[in-house]
Amino acid sequence: MDFSYTIFILIIPIAMFLLLGFFYNKIKPAISGWIGVAGLTAVAGMSYYTAYQYFFNIPKVDGKFQTFFGFKMNWMNFTDTLRIDMGILLDPISIMMMVVVSTISLMVHIYSRGYMHGDRGYTKFFAFLALFTFSMMGLVVATNLFQIYIFWELVGVSSFLLIGYYYEKPSAVAAAKKAFIVTRFADLGFLIGILLMGYYGGSYDFMELNNPEGFNTILENAPQKFMGISVITTALVLMFMGGAGKSAMFPLHIWLPDAMEGPTPVSALIHAATMVVAGVYLVARMFPMFHFFDDGFALHVVAWVGAISSLFAAIIALTQTDIKRVLAFSTMSQIGYMMLALGVSKYDGHEGLGYMASMWHLFTHAMFKALLFLAAGSVIHAVHSNYLKDMGGLRKYMPITNITFLIAALSISGFPLTAGFFSKDEILVAAFEHNKPIYFITLFIAGLTAFYMFRLYFGIFWGKKKDYEHAPHESPWSMTIPLMFLAFMSIASGYLPFSEWVTADHEAIHGHIGLFSNLGVIHWDMAAIAIVTGLLGIAIAWFFYKKPTDYPAKISAAFGRFYKWTYNKFYIDEVYMFITHKIIFKRISTPFAWFDKKVVDGTMEGIGNRTVDFSKLIKGVQSGKVQDYAFAFVGGVFVLVLIVLYML
Amino acid sequence: MIENVSIYELLTLTTILFFIGLYGFLTRKNLITMLMAIELLLNTSVINFVVINKYLYPDVLQGVYFSIFIIAVAAAETALAISIIINLYRLRTSVDITETETMKY
Repeated sequence: MDFSYTIFILIIPIAMFLLLGFFYNKIKPAISGWIGVAGLTAVAGMSYYTAYQYFFNIPKVDGKFQTFFGFKMNWMNFTDTLRIDMGILLDPISIMMMVVVSTISLMVHIYSRGYMHGDRGYTKFFAFLALFTFSMMGLVVATNLFQIYIFWELVGVSSFLLIGYYYEKPSAVAAAKKAFIVTRFADLGFLIGILLMGYYGGSYDFMELNNPEGFNTILENAPQKFMGISVITTALVLMFMGGAGKSAMFPLHIWLPDAMEGPTPVSALIHAATMVVAGVYLVARMFPMFHFFDDGFALHVVAWVGAISSLFAAIIALTQTDIKRVLAFSTMSQIGYMMLALGVSKYDGHEGLGYMASMWHLFTHAMFKALLFLAAGSVIHAVHSNYLKDMGGLRKYMPITNITFLIAALSISGFPLTAGFFSKDEILVAAFEHNKPIYFITLFIAGLTAFYMFRLYFGIFWGKKKDYEHAPHESPWSMTIPLMFLAFMSIASGYLPFSEWVTADHEAIHGHIGLFSNLGVIHWDMAAIAIVTGLLGIAIAWFFYKKPTDYPAKISAAFGRFYKWTYNKFYIDEVYMFITHKIIFKRISTPFAWFDKKVVDGTMEGIGNRTVDFSKLIKGVQSGKVQDYAFAFVGGVFVLVLIVLYML
Repeated sequence: MIENVSIYELLTLTTILFFIGLYGFLTRKNLITMLMAIELLLNTSVINFVVINKYLYPDVLQGVYFSIFIIAVAAAETALAISIIINLYRLRTSVDITETETMKY
């Protein structure tokens, strides 16, 4: 099968970026929007075609999906084995990600035509979106660690540019800087991990590294141990640090809530559906290595970091009042889900259920979380505020937004027969089979998620009636069409046979189950518990927030200090501030700065100053008086003559 | 070879002339006078060339030739110096050496 056309999936977005970026003064906003949509339609079309060919038309070998290269070239050779390639790797997860990225990106492009209408930097916005799409596509099709690292940084840059899009706002600039610095700090770990992996593992290539037959060779070549774990595991944990930074895992999550300063379509595309799952994708990409070395020590780290972040974020989401921040913490919580599902997974057959569940949840989450953000954007567009207190009773004014938001909220809460129900069920089963403590955490989070999502839903669309100055109205078609499509996907993506398509060992878990027959393989005993938990959360939210009541105030008063801690996000930002300013800047950097300024600079400046002083002392010789020079010359000649005559 | 005049007397004359020229060059403030002093110095050397050639090596002519070269070069040099002095005069309306002390530290 020839997949060489897939190179255009990368070429089209970068060409769009260059076109819109270079000529952004020349292109009319109306046209630039359509250029973006047209380009993304082509990219999405190619992604769907590739997925169709790959999953349906290409015969499996030994029941496994094969890996293809759409394009591969050698970029740099260090040694015979250690080299850097550039290429397009096609396997189940990369194709799944291609579909996710192109779908969400297309929807966000269409939506942005309405949402960003009349904005001064309209064309620039689409240029940045194209740059992001290019980077994200390059990231998911990377064939080796270095390529993924290059595109990893590129998505970081696009994220930075888009968070700081409203650059007149100081808070947006600060948020952009924060996101960039925090993720860059995490990427330092990633880079060290890559270098360790290249040095001890002997390759950057995913196919070579992840080949289970090569693991023992790697272990023989790299027997070094550091604090009881193999150096390869250390490299994997460091790489996961990069992934945790990008995926906003505790304690590197602090940039994600602030990143909501960006335009809402950006939050939907980058900070909900695609870029923030890059960390999950990285772990999935290196999964055989994570699973094998040191009995999956690195995978345990992934699982627990995921579980803790998920719980942490879900608790914070209960109390936030900015709707985008609730969604941001919800994103963090759901990514924690994906991480823990990967973390509890094993490699072969049915044991690899967690891996499949994680990828599936990534897919469904991208759909319903993008929808939640876009619907929230539609609400913000209508009431011109991010805060829950300015909303209420909007269901009468915005019927489409109301219904689509409800579908997404049901999906994320795991309501039966929605997409989130299926993927969450698989995660719960995987956690139950392999790690009981994490299972109970996960179940608890499922309840919390249902509660805070419906707190949001009732708070926005029901609750108290407000007297709006300008009656809010439904958003234009360009915004509601993506909402409706994503609402459809928030249900339909649950019926895709993921267990057949996307698995750790590329083999179907339940055998061939066919399209739309997931109901047959669902674990109903597990599902029943999850459904009850979810419905309980929804019911409490209904009870509290459907009509204005004083229960929320009473409950928050009952929790007292804990409520305050949660409302202030457990003061993690303040802890970072304390560590960076009070400890690093004051105790370490200031003495170093003193040493640099006084000792190093002092020495250099001293040498310079002494030279200048000496020059001042003797500069009188250069008097400009010709006769003085002549006198010195003649005098010198006399002295020399005398020396020659009498001394020699 | 001049009757009754020895080489010492001639060399004493040139030495006296040389120091007069040197003194003039080092002490005068007028550029034209300094130029004249330089001419004295040059003439001293010209006389020296001729005298030493005549008294010590009477059968060769290098010294005489050299003196002709020196006179030619001195003429060119004087023309150059005069033109510089004239330009300086146009610029500063003065030919005083103290006016030219601007090229220094």
